[in-house]
Amino acid sequence: MTNIMEAQNVKLSYGKFEALHGISLNFPEKQLTALIGPSGCGKSTFLRCLNRMNDDIDNINITGKILLEGKDIYRAKLDLVALRKKVGMVFQQPTPFPFPVYDNVAYGLRVAGVKDKQLIDQRVEESLKQAAIWDETKDNLQRNAQEFSGGQQQRICIARALAVRPEVVLLDEPTSALDPISSAEIEETLMGLKKKYTFIMVTHNLQQASRVSDQVAFLMDGELIESGPTEQMFLAPKKEITSNYLNGRFG
Amino acid sequence: MSKKEQDLQEVVEQAIAQQKVPHVKIKGIDPHSIDIARLTKPSKETRQERWGKGLTALAILLIGILIVSIIGFVGSHGLATFFTDKVNIFHFLFSTDWNPSAGPNHVGAAAMIVTSFAVTLLAALIATPFAIAVALFMTEYESGKKANLLQSVMELLVGIPSVVYGFLGLTVVVPAVRTVFGGTGFGILTATLILFVMVLPTITSLTVDAFKAVPKELRKSSAALGATQWQTIYHVVLRAARARIMTAIIFGMARAFGEALAVQMAIGNAVLMPYNLVSPAATLTSQLTSQMGNTVMGTLPNNALWSLALLLLIMSLVFNFLVHLIGKKS
Repeated sequence: MTNIMEAQNVKLSYGKFEALHGISLNFPEKQLTALIGPSGCGKSTFLRCLNRMNDDIDNINITGKILLEGKDIYRAKLDLVALRKKVGMVFQQPTPFPFPVYDNVAYGLRVAGVKDKQLIDQRVEESLKQAAIWDETKDNLQRNAQEFSGGQQQRICIARALAVRPEVVLLDEPTSALDPISSAEIEETLMGLKKKYTFIMVTHNLQQASRVSDQVAFLMDGELIESGPTEQMFLAPKKEITSNYLNGRFG
Repeated sequence: MSKKEQDLQEVVEQAIAQQKVPHVKIKGIDPHSIDIARLTKPSKETRQERWGKGLTALAILLIGILIVSIIGFVGSHGLATFFTDKVNIFHFLFSTDWNPSAGPNHVGAAAMIVTSFAVTLLAALIATPFAIAVALFMTEYESGKKANLLQSVMELLVGIPSVVYGFLGLTVVVPAVRTVFGGTGFGILTATLILFVMVLPTITSLTVDAFKAVPKELRKSSAALGATQWQTIYHVVLRAARARIMTAIIFGMARAFGEALAVQMAIGNAVLMPYNLVSPAATLTSQLTSQMGNTVMGTLPNNALWSLALLLLIMSLVFNFLVHLIGKKS
């Protein structure tokens, strides 16, 4: 199994405060990796390093290497736009743009300069189908995306991220703002998509991590404590602190 | 004891008799220790509440009376032109023959209406791109010291009295326009240039609010999809802020439409249909300010001026209505 992304000794600091103390982690292709850990442990910060969403924060300093298909994404002269086409992202709150569903999903292609109407049509339909929201949107593609329910909005956002055919999709607590039923629908969607895309998901919900992920990485205080296949992590973690966290003794 | 108090007493007695948790003793509470009189009278806080509500209601009532009387006064005098002096309303709206002292067949305000709309639309048209550019700079490209400085400059522009703008216009813009475009230098162009500076801060500050109201997450989502900052601004921020920007423009137009003094000093004050941008003209407001001292209350020339005032009032209502309409739609 090949690793599509590799983080090597990633350190991140805001001014003098070091938030990540050297994280090395591999992300296997076409698998879902869950990043778990207590609040403030740095998992979301780490996730945002993977498509360089931290770049515009003041006084930030990131060292180490993050390889995407063998090439460092922090190298000089990297094209951010190209990187973000390969590494998409879905946020905690559903963030549909205030315009029609169709334009939302087509957005990534259009900003990339795709003009071919047929290709866009086809991608929009495909992506909405992949995100399991096609049935609810096919008859009102011109309806404002913000008029849909929270769960539907989040799936529209997933479709929007998939429309540019990314290699990796980063999910930053994608269901924590949703009700249990919508969450379950999103999880189901992710399960179906795992064969096609690589997902890296931050979640607070340990049951969710156990249900959908193939690999789990446990972070605490800016440090990677342990990572491994999901089953092994939940049934036989190597470190006691991991076991304590997974069993709800703290956190 | 009144009926109500008896009822209350009964309820208390019943509650104590039926006490279901016997080991908790409701100490000190027996029917006789409850001050029924105190419980049934409004407390100090309740009285304060009533006072507060009463005071606000009174203030609203007073303001309501004020508004109704303003509208009533302007309306009655403005309509007197049509009902007492028998001026045809279509003649008033579409004729350019303005000489009210010559009789009811010479009360045509079309020239002023056209000029008012011309300066308003032109000022908004010129100011809007600048306002959007400044607002983008303040919210998207710079935040912090430079943005704050710009904010203060804009606030300063709002604070300058209109007579100062007029004076500046008269001294600087009028000769400049005369030199460059010929004519007297007075006219729509000069008034537009002055109004442009006057409405710029209004439109800018409301546009800044419009951009700030666009959630940060939308910008991040756009960036995460590979959009450049300009693409994000053009496709997401401007689109999301569209309704509020429209509102900003309408507020700016309302300001331009109602501005009297600065316009009066620069427009030339000739009630003629403007045939180009540098021919002397007059707006509804400039005609009001320059003529209100020259007419006698109750006569046709005076009523005709009130009709202009009524028109201004109606236009400001229309502007407000538009703002509401846009607010509802988005």
